[in-house]
Amino acid sequence: MSKPKVVFYWCASCGGCEEAVVDLAEDILKVVEAVDIVFWPVAMDFKKKDVEALKAGEIAVSFINGAIRTDEQKEMVELLRKKSQLVIAFGSCAHLGGIPGLANFWTRKDIFERKYKTVPTVVNPDSVFPQQKTKVKEGELTLPGFFDTVQTLDQTIAVDYYLPGCAPPPDLIMKAVEAILKGELPEKGSVLAPEKSLCDTCPRAESKPEKLSIKEIKRPHEIQADPEKCFLAEGIICLGPATRSGCGERCINANMPCRGCFGPVKGVIDQGAKALSAIASILGIEDEEKMEDEEVKKLIDQIVDPAGLFYFYSLPSSILRRKKVR
Amino acid sequence: MAKKRITIDPITRLEGHGKIEMFLDDNGDVAKAYFQVPELRGFEKFCEGRPAEEMPRITPKICGVCPTAHHMASTKALDDLYKVEPTPPARKIRELMYHSFMFEDHILHFFFLGAPEFIVGLDAPPAERNILGVIGKVGLEIGKKVIEARKRTRNLVTMIGGKIIHPVCGLPGGVSKSLTEENREEAKAAADYVLEFSKFALTLFDDIVLKNREYVDLIAGDIYRHETYYMGLVDENNKVNFYDGDIRVVDPEGVEFVKFKVQDYTKHIEEHVEPWSYITFPYLKNIGWKGFVDGVDSGVYRVAPLARLNTSDGVTTPLAQEQYEKMYSVLGGKPLHNTLAFHWARLVEALYAAERMVELANDPQLTDPNVRNLPTEIPTEGVGVVEAPRGTLIHHYKTDERGLITEANLIVATVNNAAAICMSVEKAAKGLIKGGNVSDKLLNMVEMAFRAYDPCLACATHSLPGQMPLEVNIHSSTGEVIRTLRR
Repeated sequence: MSKPKVVFYWCASCGGCEEAVVDLAEDILKVVEAVDIVFWPVAMDFKKKDVEALKAGEIAVSFINGAIRTDEQKEMVELLRKKSQLVIAFGSCAHLGGIPGLANFWTRKDIFERKYKTVPTVVNPDSVFPQQKTKVKEGELTLPGFFDTVQTLDQTIAVDYYLPGCAPPPDLIMKAVEAILKGELPEKGSVLAPEKSLCDTCPRAESKPEKLSIKEIKRPHEIQADPEKCFLAEGIICLGPATRSGCGERCINANMPCRGCFGPVKGVIDQGAKALSAIASILGIEDEEKMEDEEVKKLIDQIVDPAGLFYFYSLPSSILRRKKVR
Repeated sequence: MAKKRITIDPITRLEGHGKIEMFLDDNGDVAKAYFQVPELRGFEKFCEGRPAEEMPRITPKICGVCPTAHHMASTKALDDLYKVEPTPPARKIRELMYHSFMFEDHILHFFFLGAPEFIVGLDAPPAERNILGVIGKVGLEIGKKVIEARKRTRNLVTMIGGKIIHPVCGLPGGVSKSLTEENREEAKAAADYVLEFSKFALTLFDDIVLKNREYVDLIAGDIYRHETYYMGLVDENNKVNFYDGDIRVVDPEGVEFVKFKVQDYTKHIEEHVEPWSYITFPYLKNIGWKGFVDGVDSGVYRVAPLARLNTSDGVTTPLAQEQYEKMYSVLGGKPLHNTLAFHWARLVEALYAAERMVELANDPQLTDPNVRNLPTEIPTEGVGVVEAPRGTLIHHYKTDERGLITEANLIVATVNNAAAICMSVEKAAKGLIKGGNVSDKLLNMVEMAFRAYDPCLACATHSLPGQMPLEVNIHSSTGEVIRTLRR
């Protein structure tokens, strides 16, 4: 029997997801033995027409990382979808939109104006902007088209499974690969990570009071966080209550609060809304009824960038998706 | 690990990231080469509105290959924003993490990218010009050592930063967590290991490259040479420093052109925009943009290993200083303009990073729990700089009084070299490709011109150490694509 054909592909991402695969170290050899990697732009040569030549469904699984930001990325993932039995959104950007998804607070025009015109070092009196087609003396040069809106992978093509994290940890990657090879996958649409919230598995869970109440929000740089204590109990916003577990509590162990790279827990569509409601339910809870409107507003204003903070990784996948374009 | 194959079939679509379009004239000689970066994500815009203290967690996502460089530049921009110095132990923890990262990145580049052509040979089939070919030539033991060195240095960064891919420990005035004695023991063992390994790498370079006349001539030859300005960070004695210092620029004669504080970078650096690339082209403001040309009248400057050594008066550690002197004496004085000498400089710097790791890991202050100075100032503006593996990296933030970003600007390491990369590729191609004769060996030799810069397009796009997603299209004088080289 021939080995299952596997593809790794990337879109708008940083290359960290590829590093995560290389970090499998010796385990990567097991993967290479069991499958036939037919397409991995970062590590081996391939051609788009090689993929075009494959039959529909001939690829067993495509692992795709990165958000969708250009027409070229969209076209490529549509092709991979046609040829693949399974498509796995790999990493936070493909899953949720990720950090590059914060660009949805702006438009393509805003980004170009800033990057090529108004940053203090650029000198561009003729307002030259990158073009999809440029005539030069010797011929024509092309660039891919840049979308207004960052999309998640499942807003672009149908996705079968999600492997979360920025970047996904090696143990979850290996578990997913083994489940695929053994044909022991959960129901379609599942996130291949534990169903608990980060708070449930947090090493600091015991220091989380039965009844949490935040009187004053502290920002991470304002205090020296106790390396043993629940961040929320110290007044530091942590996305643990709204975020899926499975990351290995890597940030918490470095004494920094969660920012939600694993996305929402099972059954929750909008991670930011869930985080907002979790924080709202513990903010100033003790004297809430006695508070004047002014005091409530003051308390809420302590959260300086609610949209950016609660949707740190997930703006494109949220119900909001992007700032309204007029 | 990865199989490398050069494809010559003409393909017209680009699936990868970096791209070089090369145009031939009627005689089949190279008329012009364009280095294009076909992607953009727009950090300079979408960071607006974010709390400044989140920037060291946002900006590493620019690049998953060198996230530690962005994390550190960003953290240092916060120190400056809040006018708060890290405590001495915090600074040492940061520096230990940073030098571990620099070592790892440099040594991997050498074994995966730089060494293959020299060790396996310029005439070797493309499929052998990779790390597997290197192992085949010098033995499996070395392959194991490379993997072990990578693992140990990555573990150190994880220990300090929480995550190897996108560390999180940096805060204005320090780091989020102190180290234990157990941590320090691990650091000492790793530092000793990588010090031995970097000495070995230089011996290997000596045996394989320097004892081969053909290679030395190639390095010293004219097709890989550009007389440009150079930029790098130096300490108060003008010695190389990866973590901190002033930015020094030397002219093509090696004479100091300017030395400035990073806060003044806008007085010295400007960027040029072309319609055919998403990357910008920085140049020296006080010389001006004169196009893709070298020489004393062109504002084009170079950064990264050779530029750092050219810019400095030496390094602070004894073994690396010896190697520094040897390099200049063998290749004929300072500054060196030979692009392929970047490989040698990279190994000298790896040794320097390893020696710094040993110094830092043996410092008892490393485990002092005093790792934070809390900020008290009202923030307005901050600039941070580090030397990333691929050159000078600047993060510049302005904020409102609550510390929310109102403006962000980034001068990213590889971007500094963007103009020089274009020029180097074009010059090598012009020197090598004549009369339309394009052999695999020649194409590889053209590729060596940009590979020497280790242009991690992750910072503009992405790549893996050892792999360069890049496409070279060669057009005939009628504009048709006649050959394509892909990696």
